[in-house]
Amino acid sequence: MRCHAMPDVPGRRKPTASEDFIRGLWKENPTFVQMLGMCPTMAITNSVKNALAMGLATLVVQFGSNVFVSMFRKRIPNEVRISTYILIIATFVQIVDIGTEAIVPETHRALGAFIPLIVANCLLLGRQEAFAAVNTVWRSALDGLGMGLGFTFGLTTVGTVREILGSGSWLGFRVMPASFEPWAIMNMPPGGFFAFGLVLLSFAWWKDRQKRRAALDAAITAPPLARPILEEASV
Amino acid sequence: MRHHLVILLSAALVNNFTLVMFLGLCSFLGVTKKVATAVRLGIADTFVLVITSIAATVLNKWVLGEAPYLRVIAFIVVIASMVQITEMVIKKFSPKLFRELGIYLPLITTNCAILALALFQTNRGYGFLEGLTFSIGAGAGLTIALSLMASLRERLELADVPAVARGASMVLFIASFLSMAFMGFAGLLTGG
Repeated sequence: MRCHAMPDVPGRRKPTASEDFIRGLWKENPTFVQMLGMCPTMAITNSVKNALAMGLATLVVQFGSNVFVSMFRKRIPNEVRISTYILIIATFVQIVDIGTEAIVPETHRALGAFIPLIVANCLLLGRQEAFAAVNTVWRSALDGLGMGLGFTFGLTTVGTVREILGSGSWLGFRVMPASFEPWAIMNMPPGGFFAFGLVLLSFAWWKDRQKRRAALDAAITAPPLARPILEEASV
Repeated sequence: MRHHLVILLSAALVNNFTLVMFLGLCSFLGVTKKVATAVRLGIADTFVLVITSIAATVLNKWVLGEAPYLRVIAFIVVIASMVQITEMVIKKFSPKLFRELGIYLPLITTNCAILALALFQTNRGYGFLEGLTFSIGAGAGLTIALSLMASLRERLELADVPAVARGASMVLFIASFLSMAFMGFAGLLTGG
């Protein structure tokens, strides 16, 4: 829940290209793990379509600004780096804003002010500061793609919960039986907070279960001397 | 006068920036562990909001008339420098407050509520006074949301919350109920 991602700890081994890409998708997922860019996560996830569009718009900005920042990383003076990053991000946001308005005007209207507000998404600035500013163009491009897709994945997950419960459909297709009464509250502001809380709760529960199961397995396969762990794990 | 009152109440309660419009959630979720800090951040936010509103009015009137596509870029640069100026002023006149606010001060730049205020004000065509009222209302709304959340979280420390729900998910559920409560204000302006 911090607004600026910590810089990567310099590891002994250089990460591979696939690791750069995968990181944003799962291990450092912007939505579930880093909890960055919360405003769009709750504001425009009332349908899967909007969530996807918002995720893709952010992906384009993240990718573009990552590439640009890493390209000029040796020329950007340290004192004005934050404002430079913000300017680069703002330029891409403007491009996306005009682009979506021309290509998909309906979606553009649905997303409203949240497209220009991508500028203020801390995920973008955090990645420039933590990654693109100190890594090569190729690695930053992969990181941008991974983070953007990870963000899209996060938004779509929340959007799925909200659309299924709130409208009984997924991406416009009806998935719930006709007798299902849609929960109108899920389409309203409280539903945004609630659905995301629900998703986070299930993740925490799942992680907790995995941890306990691992502890239990370790205890069962361990020699009898280590048995006390078993009791602890089953509490 | 009535017009300004409507703008003020609408920004503070009916369309509360945090709980209804989902703006400024980073600080809403991150900086609401203690009431005192939350209130101070709310006041600092309000200050930046008011200055931004004035700056946006000036920019719209004399600079951006010919080039609306530069709006986002111009606004964000102005906001970043306003936050910088606020930081310097507070550091000069009240080093104590500066220390207390610490990292939260520069982070106001990436608070989307500030940029949103400038954009909404432009889209709705507010003049100088209307913009000022709007920004004070929005600031009050942010402060109310932050302090409500912080007081609830202080109480939550003593509550018996299941281990899995502790932390982010519990905070989000509380935010959901707070948001539901604020939906009740919707009747305030249309009905009365």
